[in-house]
Amino acid sequence: MQWETVIGLEIHVQLATKTKIFSGASTAFGAEPNTQACAVDLGLPGVLPVVNEEAINMAIKFGLGIDAEINRVNVFERKNYFYPDLPKGYQTTQLDKPIVGAGHVDITLNDGSTKSIRIHHAHLEEDAGKSLHEDYHGMSGIDLNRAGTPLIEIVTEPDLRNAEEAVAFAKKLHSIVTTLGICDGNMSQGSMRFDVNVSVRPTGQEEFGTRTETKNLNSFKFMEAAILKEVERQIDVLEDGGKIVQETRLYNGDTGEARSMRSKEEANDYRYFPCPDLLPVVIEDSRLEKLRADMPEMPDAKKARFISEFGLSDVDADILSGDQPTADFFEAAAKGSDAKLASNWVLGEVSRSLNANEITIADSPVTAEMLAGLIVRIKDNTISGNIAKKVFEALWNGEGKDADEVIEKKGLKQVTDTAAIEAMIDEVLTANARQVENYRAAPVEKRGKMIGFFVGQAMKASRGKANPGMVNQILKKKLDS
Amino acid sequence: MYEKTLSEQSQALAAGDISSVELTQSYLDRIKQLDGDYNSFITVTEELALTQAKKADERRAAGDASALTGIPLAHKDLFCTEGVKTTCGSNILDNFVAPYESTVTRKFKEASAVMLGKTNMDEFAMGSSNENSHYGAVKNPWDTKAIPGGSSGGSAACVAARLAAGATGTDTGGSIRQPASHCGITGLKPTYGRVSRYGMIAYASSLDQAGPMAQTAEDCALMLNTMAGFDLRDSTCMDREVPDYTATLNDSLEGMTIGLPKEYFSTGLDAAVEQRIRDAVTEYEKLGATVKEVSLPNLELSIPSYYVIAPAEASTNLSRFDGARFGHRCDNPADLMDMYKRSRSEGFGEEVKRRILVGTYALSAGYYDAYYRKAQQIRRMIRDDFMNAFEQCDIIMGPNAPTPAFNIGEKSDDPVAMYLSDIYTLSVNLAGLPGMSVPAGSVEGRPVGLQMIGRHFDEGRLLNAAHRFQQATDFHKASPFTA
Repeated sequence: MQWETVIGLEIHVQLATKTKIFSGASTAFGAEPNTQACAVDLGLPGVLPVVNEEAINMAIKFGLGIDAEINRVNVFERKNYFYPDLPKGYQTTQLDKPIVGAGHVDITLNDGSTKSIRIHHAHLEEDAGKSLHEDYHGMSGIDLNRAGTPLIEIVTEPDLRNAEEAVAFAKKLHSIVTTLGICDGNMSQGSMRFDVNVSVRPTGQEEFGTRTETKNLNSFKFMEAAILKEVERQIDVLEDGGKIVQETRLYNGDTGEARSMRSKEEANDYRYFPCPDLLPVVIEDSRLEKLRADMPEMPDAKKARFISEFGLSDVDADILSGDQPTADFFEAAAKGSDAKLASNWVLGEVSRSLNANEITIADSPVTAEMLAGLIVRIKDNTISGNIAKKVFEALWNGEGKDADEVIEKKGLKQVTDTAAIEAMIDEVLTANARQVENYRAAPVEKRGKMIGFFVGQAMKASRGKANPGMVNQILKKKLDS
Repeated sequence: MYEKTLSEQSQALAAGDISSVELTQSYLDRIKQLDGDYNSFITVTEELALTQAKKADERRAAGDASALTGIPLAHKDLFCTEGVKTTCGSNILDNFVAPYESTVTRKFKEASAVMLGKTNMDEFAMGSSNENSHYGAVKNPWDTKAIPGGSSGGSAACVAARLAAGATGTDTGGSIRQPASHCGITGLKPTYGRVSRYGMIAYASSLDQAGPMAQTAEDCALMLNTMAGFDLRDSTCMDREVPDYTATLNDSLEGMTIGLPKEYFSTGLDAAVEQRIRDAVTEYEKLGATVKEVSLPNLELSIPSYYVIAPAEASTNLSRFDGARFGHRCDNPADLMDMYKRSRSEGFGEEVKRRILVGTYALSAGYYDAYYRKAQQIRRMIRDDFMNAFEQCDIIMGPNAPTPAFNIGEKSDDPVAMYLSDIYTLSVNLAGLPGMSVPAGSVEGRPVGLQMIGRHFDEGRLLNAAHRFQQATDFHKASPFTA
């Protein structure tokens, strides 16, 4: 039987506010346990929450970024359950009246086509703390530093049809929230966490199959692997005549194993109701207009502009507009140099070096300005493309403050002096007299290929510094005369 | 000096007739001597009180005193006080010392009022009789067989017994007005949002409101001047100017219209209590007010509405008391669930458990619409009833409770009968209105209070009406020792 996969995602995005959603405590990552939790985060008796307006602004920006309705009156509710890392015994979240209504995110698939994924809604909520199960001799430790960190939870419609689409969507969302500056996008620190709802159905069937939810995937790779594994599991169960049980599952990225966490029957009754300590959040026209005016260029618009303004290909523009730091780096490198070359370099040498060294573009030792300087020297024929790679490597290794310094220090300047090149070529022709004979004896249509040998010898003799165009031209003239 | 009102003591301090240290010491001595009979305090902060008194005297000597500087007050034991135990009347918080100060007590501290201690109360402010405290029942100073009223019973009793010049209370369904009524003192529940709730251990967040309890309306005005005002730390606190409540105390009542809701005078109201109320209203007519019958047609629905909303909020407000971070934790828990279950079972009393269960049920999936949503709809209707009534009158008057204080133990086996005794007060909380209780005589030696209800933020008018009444009558001057 042919099976079709149906996937919906819930994504928790940590907002990049300085302080927590209902208290003045810092949200910085990595502090000693319980040093960034004030009386409000600890849920001490008598304390009250006060909404962080910046978190509201960021949620609104997200809504504007995905063409969504902003609910002008939205309400915080309490979601009640007991857990040691949930200090108040309830999580303050939004259910009936979330701040962001229906919207959409458009993704580009590998075949170049685009697909629009509907967003059901996005709501604001506070994060819980963390339970620490090691080093406590049979007990658990609680770290409430993360308690009260503002999140938006984004819920998609079940519009995704395979792992590839899900990953493309996740990457696009990452690009949107980092472009908006509302999330640092640091997945390994948990800034974005994905819950995947997966079901399968016979191809052509209208209704959905029973779904499972795999929680807390914090990398694109794990998300893809978890989906592939769950789809395979569900198909196996169904083809063996079994039934899918609606349940929550856990996927371990390190071992690649998945297991059931709890079934629907064990699910809590959360007893949601509007939090009486917080008034409804009313968003005035003026606030919305101000935020709208401050919106940055979104990835889709940026991509379109990269194509029209710089003449980039669809694929290149898609990658370069995909995340804000890369886009900014590219634009800075292209400025005053050459956009095409800048695009090639960012997608080529720069990204290769970043990957090899496992660092992000923000930490690249070759800055956008340094790259622009390098490209300028390629354009004005000071160096060849091959030499440029050497210069780049030197810059990466900190052997000079800019391309000019490296070129100067290493004597890599391209030789464009006709007389010097002619002299060098004469030497090459003399040293390879037999090859010259062969060349001249060969039919004209074969000579094009044979000339490559002489070019290589000439470039070698110049240690790569001769202008390859000129070498070609002069060689032709001398050999064919 | 302890027989004198807060305002008289303030004048004596200002005149140099007495020092705050002397005044404070005299109260501390009285508490030691008498509170064994009343059980109105959970914690007496003797050393702290004397230190604060000394500071107050210094501040006064330096010419930097307000009306409350050096005045000995008591605080209901649900206001968190830094470094001093705050129990909320519960075993689960028997060992809780807050690391921060509630806004209300901070404001009194800043005014250099003296804190004598923390007063007894129904556990988590749940109760109408003050029999639900982990620290034992409070006794009514007028008759120690009688309840003082709840849940601010300790505050009411200590003021009535002249163990403090004034006390703070909180009122979720009548917990300032009803004990004030039963103990023959004056108490004011301000408009919801008038006084910050920050640092007040919550019972039902949308109903809780702190207010003053003292001998007279004038004393309450002085206390409210300090308590009221916007607080950044409480999102439900209103950003509105605080008038000087003492400035309008003597305004004329000529032309004021009093509304008497006919539903307040129907079956269930003790005839003698009704007579005291009618007599008080007659007194108001003499002061120039006119009287009109009004109607609050949904009054009866306020009880079921309240007893869904308040427990629903309480059930989640009290979730944090789980033995994990503070307060009581059971011995040797077998696992997490065991810790939660036993810590809470051991920590909470019967009435608190009853309301947690009711509230949990009311919010459960499948019952939410039938109970909680319905209760909120009724709440809106009750508020509208009041708004309609206030189109015909300036102030609403009636009883605080259907009977004078009953005997300790009399209703403890019948929670529903107990809940019915709140019928006149809790609709005021549902509507968020200010309400007040003023002494209006007694029935068989037990005090009866007149309830007055005002428009939102009309505390000034309530205090004015109460003060003029107290200028014309002596009810507020009676004490258990002069009666």
